Amino acid sequence: MMKKSKKVQWFWTWVIGSVLLRLILVYFPKNLNLSSRPEVSTPLTSIRRLAEGYWLKQSSMSPYAGSMYHGSPLLLTLLGPLTVTRIEGQPDHLLCSLLFVMADIVTAMLICATGKKLQAAYSSSLQLVGLHHLSEDSDVLPSGDFAALVYLWNPFTIVACVGLSTSAIENLMVLLTLYGACARLAPLAAFGWVMATHLSLYPAILIIPVILLFGYGPDAPPRKLFRQRKNLEVENSTTGDKSCLEDELINEKSMRSVFSWRPVVLFLFWALLWSSYVLFLCGIYVQQHGGLQEMFKRTYGFILTIQDLSPNIGVFWYFFAEVFDFFRSFFLIVFHGNILLMIVPLALRLNHRPCFLAFVYIVLASMLKSYPSVGDSALYLGLLGLFAYELKDMQFSFFLFSGYVGVSLLSPVMHNLWIWRGTGNANFYFATAIGYACLQIILVIESVSAMLNHDRMITKLSTAKLQNVKS
Amino acid sequence: MALPPTTIVTLSLLLLLPILSSSIVEEAFSEELLLKPLPDRKILTHFHFQTEAPISDDSFARHHHLFPKSIAQLVKKFHIKAMELSFTQGRWNYERWGGFDPISSQNAKPPGVELWAVFDVPPHQVDAYWKNLTHSLSGLFCASINFLESSSSYSAPKWASQSALGSLRYGTLPREAVCTENLTPWLKLLPCRDKAGLSALMDRPSIYRSFYHSQRLHLTTSKAPADGLDSGIILEQTLTVVLQPNIQRAGISYPDEIKIQPSWSLSSIFGRKINGRCVLAKSSNVYLQFERGLVTQLENIQKNTVAYDSNDTGTEVLRRNLCFELSITPDRVHRELEKSSSLLYEYSIKGYNDTEQFDLGLIWKYPVVWSSPHAPLYASRFLTGSGNERGSIAISLKSTELTKDFIAANNVEEKCKLQVNVLQIVPWYIKVYYHTLQILVDEKPHAVTDFVEKMGVSPSEDKVSPGLMELVLRFPCEIKSAVLNIEFDKGFLHIDEYPPDANQGFDIPSAIISFPDFHAALQFLNNSISNSPMLSKLQEKSPVLSYTEVLLVPLTTPDFSMPYNVITITCTVFALYFGSLLNVLRRRVGEEERLLKNKDANKAAILRRILDKFWGRSSESTQPQQPSSSSSSSSSSSFINPKLFLKVLLVAGIAVIWQYYLK
Repeated sequence: MMKKSKKVQWFWTWVIGSVLLRLILVYFPKNLNLSSRPEVSTPLTSIRRLAEGYWLKQSSMSPYAGSMYHGSPLLLTLLGPLTVTRIEGQPDHLLCSLLFVMADIVTAMLICATGKKLQAAYSSSLQLVGLHHLSEDSDVLPSGDFAALVYLWNPFTIVACVGLSTSAIENLMVLLTLYGACARLAPLAAFGWVMATHLSLYPAILIIPVILLFGYGPDAPPRKLFRQRKNLEVENSTTGDKSCLEDELINEKSMRSVFSWRPVVLFLFWALLWSSYVLFLCGIYVQQHGGLQEMFKRTYGFILTIQDLSPNIGVFWYFFAEVFDFFRSFFLIVFHGNILLMIVPLALRLNHRPCFLAFVYIVLASMLKSYPSVGDSALYLGLLGLFAYELKDMQFSFFLFSGYVGVSLLSPVMHNLWIWRGTGNANFYFATAIGYACLQIILVIESVSAMLNHDRMITKLSTAKLQNVKS
Repeated sequence: MALPPTTIVTLSLLLLLPILSSSIVEEAFSEELLLKPLPDRKILTHFHFQTEAPISDDSFARHHHLFPKSIAQLVKKFHIKAMELSFTQGRWNYERWGGFDPISSQNAKPPGVELWAVFDVPPHQVDAYWKNLTHSLSGLFCASINFLESSSSYSAPKWASQSALGSLRYGTLPREAVCTENLTPWLKLLPCRDKAGLSALMDRPSIYRSFYHSQRLHLTTSKAPADGLDSGIILEQTLTVVLQPNIQRAGISYPDEIKIQPSWSLSSIFGRKINGRCVLAKSSNVYLQFERGLVTQLENIQKNTVAYDSNDTGTEVLRRNLCFELSITPDRVHRELEKSSSLLYEYSIKGYNDTEQFDLGLIWKYPVVWSSPHAPLYASRFLTGSGNERGSIAISLKSTELTKDFIAANNVEEKCKLQVNVLQIVPWYIKVYYHTLQILVDEKPHAVTDFVEKMGVSPSEDKVSPGLMELVLRFPCEIKSAVLNIEFDKGFLHIDEYPPDANQGFDIPSAIISFPDFHAALQFLNNSISNSPMLSKLQEKSPVLSYTEVLLVPLTTPDFSMPYNVITITCTVFALYFGSLLNVLRRRVGEEERLLKNKDANKAAILRRILDKFWGRSSESTQPQQPSSSSSSSSSSSFINPKLFLKVLLVAGIAVIWQYYLK
């Protein structure tokens, strides 16, 4: 008990520390110029563009007039007034910064809560399979707290937060979805999913993990094991007398392997409700400026057609700056198709681990995004902490870590050489972007393969145990 | 953005002017030349040719006597109400050459090509007409005016002209190089070309050696006062050249020669003399203008000298006095209405011919120092910031001595306000953040709303339209300096969108600063000058306006040499991702192990079973008969591998479906 309270205290110390660090950085003059860094502010997440959109709106023009703002009108109503409010003697965007700090903390808390839910579900399911010792091991590291701290102390998150990137809000919405689905709160999950999709389109693919979460419950070992176990127990029960407890266990097991439609339908219903509500609000906002069609053209259309070729940490800007015009649409389709193509194979293979599936989808989306920023990386690196136990045998983890450090140090240097000093050229910076893409690819592949290996290990252990019981 | 009801801005008066002029009955041509010494030892020569032609409905097929047919067709075809095209090299020096006289506000133009046109067509057709017009003009004048065709290079200022709302288009090409190939077609529009008359003076080397030259073509269709129908076309061609005369030694050496303005004559600046008029011209005159500051100085000098005889005001004094000496006695002298105002010497060149050539010369005898009248605020524009990511444009306005006079004149009023209009067009790759507009007045930051009366913005759209900002500012008269600052991000272009010399940078066209409260016009006493089109032009009230510098913005460039490398490397990375992720998902370790174990044992058997299936033989019949033939059958089957066969079939099937359904 003492140990636990100490641990809690330790956790909160670190959380408060991260908040203090953010506040200190916010008070640096001009936000340390972070808000104009290409790593932080893409055309979609830049606060300056948002301020311009708000200004246009205030001067009774369409916020989408010109090619400045490409975000959601709802974000404009939320953040717009904050960008113009100045407090005497305080930094310019103080209110915005505070909002983003709050968003970060809420996200971290949601990660923490999701982690707790996942852990509870996981240890219970391990118990069901009969591998108690595994779950006891995992108690050493509370993955929720760990992931939350990873998220809060990740330099990427800090930079995105201090640089006033709106990706903090997108991340919050994604986490709302995941938490809502884990806690089986259909309205919350639906709200998060609708908002996240509305803000940045890519989280739309999270609908598959969310449906799986509602259908099957949180991550568990492969369902085959439960069936084997169940069969065995049914066999046993025919011979011996069954107790009340065992009956319950069997019920739960059967529930785990059956897809329950009710919460899924509820989720879909809420999603429909929320999305029509969001569309209605947006419709009111952009009514005089071309309506929803214009909004979709300027937000989703802008994301899908990659019109802005300013450098970011992705590879598409340079690719589409160099590619021949007649191939442009072909490659647009291929690159966006790359995300969609992988959805089904991953969903088939990882359907018993919907949360991990969601993590993989998020990594894929942030890797193949049109305008990626470090805020997206911050999200998946935080989520990675949730699966620390399962992925403890991951290969190349040290290489990946040093790769991330290296790229995040090298990329600003190359950018500086190219843009500010003029001594380097675009290929220098593009090389770091390619390196970064490779790192993310390795991360995805290795984490998926480690997770599958982990499942294999559990299967092996479980079947071995079953055979022991049988014999 | 509601349109202001009472905005008088930049071009509006210029557009309204032709309506005032009387209807044209017959074709007429006039040629005039204005010479004006400038304070910094230079000389301004301003050629003005005007051709008028009546328009009648059947005139399309008609030949004109004087009027160039190509222009008449242009007007007819594109329904042009008014148009101005200028080719300029060099920058008008507002500080030294003045910014408050009709010449500078009408003829000082931004470097490169500037074109604006007002069309007499419904608003939705204006763009189409503009595009066709740019192509026609580009052919007519051997210039790349057709680059103004793309919607990202021209814009439609809203407040610049009230009368032509929605039908005005404005575009500039700051990079356009101007040379003789543009001048020759321009001269061809004159009835005498450059064979006779004043245009014969245009010696190409002297013109293109000049500090500033601007060749302008202004076209207006005038309306008959009675029925409001088009009654005629007025084509106004001007060439403004600022030259440095060669130092001409007149034999006598003066002690302080350096301070004395250089003496010049037409033959010394152009290397030619006027051999007579163009016989087709209604009037052909040469004018010599002494501006206000100079005249005041001259008068002071004359008063101070003892020899000055106040009663002698004959032409001889005007020709030859203490300060200067003219080689030819003027036919007439015009004096401005106000006291101590500019003088205009008029020479008619009717009487000159090949044997008696006209060669006006001016010999200075006494050093005179004066300054040209300035615009109320001296405007300049510059870029701030370093690096290729972002920057800001700053327009600085500095008060000149005129502002002080203005305050003195308007001292009665409680609050004297100075109105300044700014029109700024930026290309789309300069992504301006309009919300960052800052105003520093007397080096102190002020709220934008304190001074900006109206602000019209049409933000730039990527690859579609340039950004346009129109500001109506109102400053207190006692202002010393004002700086407008606006931030921008530099865009990144596709590799094909860069010009061949991408590293030179991109130009931001000049901003137009105008002062609608001030009108530059000369007022002459004599009524007879209304015959002269140029003088009536000088007498027209035109708002004072000045163009700022063209800005050169360096943009980052991608590597032009290796698009293939980028494409292949990126595709490889994605192939890597796709392949290895699929591989991870597909792999089943347990099965692989089992397969590996059984592989050697079962390989032959499996193959034969499939083969048997394929050939329709029953495995029971073949297996016991030929137990040892497995190796031979597998080797023979390499030609007719059923899997391969199936694959070929599949591909063929897909091809057939593709052919039928997708074509």
